[in-house]
Amino acid sequence: MAYPIKIRATMEGDVADIKSLMNHPMETGLRKDAKTGKVIPAHYIQQVTATVNGKVVLECEWSIAISQNPFLGFKVKGAKAGDKVTISWQDNLGEKNSADATIS
Amino acid sequence: MNHLRRNLLKGTGAAGTVAVAIAAGLLKPSQVLAAEWNKAAFNAKTMADAMKSIGAGAPLDSKDIKIKAPDIAENGAVVPIEVISNIPGTESIAIFVEKNATPLAAEFKFSNGTEGYVSTRIKMLKSSLVRAVVKAGGKTYTAAKEVKVTIGGCGG
Repeated sequence: MAYPIKIRATMEGDVADIKSLMNHPMETGLRKDAKTGKVIPAHYIQQVTATVNGKVVLECEWSIAISQNPFLGFKVKGAKAGDKVTISWQDNLGEKNSADATIS
Repeated sequence: MNHLRRNLLKGTGAAGTVAVAIAAGLLKPSQVLAAEWNKAAFNAKTMADAMKSIGAGAPLDSKDIKIKAPDIAENGAVVPIEVISNIPGTESIAIFVEKNATPLAAEFKFSNGTEGYVSTRIKMLKSSLVRAVVKAGGKTYTAAKEVKVTIGGCGG
């Protein structure tokens, strides 16, 4: 995929600290192209889902107010080292991506 | 009363199945909607409308919600923000930027042991209150923090 996702998941005591960086332009649809003066169409992530070992732990709905290349950090209690974290997103143009990582 | 109901059900057996089918048909779109992006909430232009459309009519002020954000953000396009909810049974956190064109920035729903904590980066048009709305145990709670923005981050 054009837009990779980076995930880092580490255990802090009995809580998994999961941090993720998604590459995405997050265009608001409000900006204008400096050269042509045309409005750049909106292109942003609307939904993000995170799972640990297949169980949904976090569901996000985002607006255009999330920054470019979004960062998402969250904490999951009861997860263990070795568990598989999956983060997937879908944007307003129907593009999707997902990535896996193992909690260490 | 029950007999009457039983008779009615028997009498309208055929019609009943149709009704059930319609009901099932009607149920489906609403289920799909529940899983879909909340367009009404994200397009709402005022705080009151946005709060209403996520089902948070009159939230209570709470000291158990902490918002970590810079007092002064130099670049409104990237404002780091952390919301920590110490309210037991926190189900979701929504982040609003009161003076953005569409105040609702994001909503996060927790399940299966995820703590009431979220960290992200948002865009802010200008200096504004950043408000977190937490849903827990059927109630809604809120807290806000003022963030001053030197250069706005929505639009050109």
